[in-house]
Amino acid sequence: MSPNIDSVPDSAAVPTDREMVRIEHVTKQFSLRHDHSLKELVFSALKRKKLADTFLALNDVDLTVHAGETVGLIGFNGSGKSTLLKTISGVLYPDHGRVLLRGRVAGLIEVGAGFHPDLSGRENVYLNGAILGMSREQIDEKFEEIVAFSEIEEFIDTDVKYYSSGMFLRLAFSVAVHTEPDIFLVDEILSVGDEPFQRKCLERIRELQEAGRTMVVVSHELEMLEKLCTRIVVLRKGRAIFDGDPTEAVATLRAG
Amino acid sequence: MTANGTGGAARLPSRAEQVEGWRAPGQDAGWLNPIRERFLLRLLVRKELRVRYRGSALGMLWSYVKPAVQFIVFYIALGVFLQLSRDTPAYAVYLFSGIVVVNLFGEVFGNATRSITGNQALVSKIYLPSELFPWASMIVALVHFLPQLAVLVVGALLFGWLPSVTAAIAFLLGIVILVVFTMGLGMITAALNAAFRDVENFVDLIVMVATWLSPVLYRISMVEEAIGGTVWWWLYQLNPLTIVVELFHVAFWRYGPDVVDAVAADPSLAGPGEPFGLWWAGLLIAVVTFVVGTVVFERSKRRFAQEL
Repeated sequence: MSPNIDSVPDSAAVPTDREMVRIEHVTKQFSLRHDHSLKELVFSALKRKKLADTFLALNDVDLTVHAGETVGLIGFNGSGKSTLLKTISGVLYPDHGRVLLRGRVAGLIEVGAGFHPDLSGRENVYLNGAILGMSREQIDEKFEEIVAFSEIEEFIDTDVKYYSSGMFLRLAFSVAVHTEPDIFLVDEILSVGDEPFQRKCLERIRELQEAGRTMVVVSHELEMLEKLCTRIVVLRKGRAIFDGDPTEAVATLRAG
Repeated sequence: MTANGTGGAARLPSRAEQVEGWRAPGQDAGWLNPIRERFLLRLLVRKELRVRYRGSALGMLWSYVKPAVQFIVFYIALGVFLQLSRDTPAYAVYLFSGIVVVNLFGEVFGNATRSITGNQALVSKIYLPSELFPWASMIVALVHFLPQLAVLVVGALLFGWLPSVTAAIAFLLGIVILVVFTMGLGMITAALNAAFRDVENFVDLIVMVATWLSPVLYRISMVEEAIGGTVWWWLYQLNPLTIVVELFHVAFWRYGPDVVDAVAADPSLAGPGEPFGLWWAGLLIAVVTFVVGTVVFERSKRRFAQEL
């Protein structure tokens, strides 16, 4: 579900000069391995066949993000957006080049990735809060707020497997936006829940922008990003082909 | 995938950059992570325990049932049919103190091996220090070990055994050697298993063989009679599991009244190098294995997310 474009607030981000993320000549190659077995490996070694085709997901990408900026990453499927985000979060390591960060990062690469269906909502809030880098005291302190934001008070002690997908995503999003990181990495999460909840999420993003948080956002919702971001980077086949004004960036992508 | 040319050091910020507050993503405390991230570790342990017994009526009781059945089968087959219990006083205690060692070994080894692949959703999507996974599975295994230990202590007490300082030292040495050694192995296999799922089957095989390659069912003096003086005898003795099983025998069986009485008549009941045997060799092997395991794990953890 795409958010109603009228409900997207204008960017409240105030860019500063302090650098928060430095991406220097980052290259990431994936080998498309056909099989995960030892047998395959031995046979290919015997036949001297090249085992894997490689695929350049990121090709010499340079990018600097300043404190307070909201940077959008756009591109078609397979252009390397999510790979870049995962590289910043530390899930993937670059093959060449390097990434440097300042401050605490919370990567919301996929909403609810750290949620376990057999645990209750409450246990999941604690587990995910901890995974996203919060201490026990911080979670205790924010717990009420997280639950209130997600609007699932009655079900907080129910196992997450009985949740509807909307409830699940709302709780996951709620934990993520309450972790208060310095750098917030967001991958396609603004398509969460129904329209009132989306509006609430966008409102929360705006609050984070006002509070001077740095954000890197990946989305296919071009109009929304255009309004939300201070800068947009266009990726094509692993290369950054444009970096700058959001409106121009969207036009660049659309021009193909 | 082979290790790529640029080493880890090239990606880290220089000293001057570190002063400005820069760090590389995923740069963490390495093998110290489980100690630094105790809160997260505890939550992961609790998750594992909850998930393990979801929808099971007996729940934790299964950790009594399995060793109990194992014990009964071995006792009947070996103690009664093969008449091992005739020459070994308190054979039930002897047998069970070895079984708990091998069970703990199998549980830590198997769980640690599957810890990265089993947490695929987390490893490939969110950054968190991956050492926490094998550590959490080791702690889960220790939790399951406790009821077995309780049964062992009760059993030994029924045979007139009383706790002593020697018993406590032997037990602690045994546990430390076993856990450190098995974690070392487990971290190696966890890292390998992320790339090749064959490893977990191989580990199951080792666990199955382990019961027979250490003096759990039979007495170590029988092994010495058979292969004493050969290099195999030395390898057998240096097997850390042999060392730990013998330490557990010292802790729970050797100084029970039945055994003390019988040793006078049959000196072969006393283990070599009593009371603690080759503990120093066991500890040394365990520490070396742990260090190797940690290094292997640290080197390969960067590739977990893309290998899964």
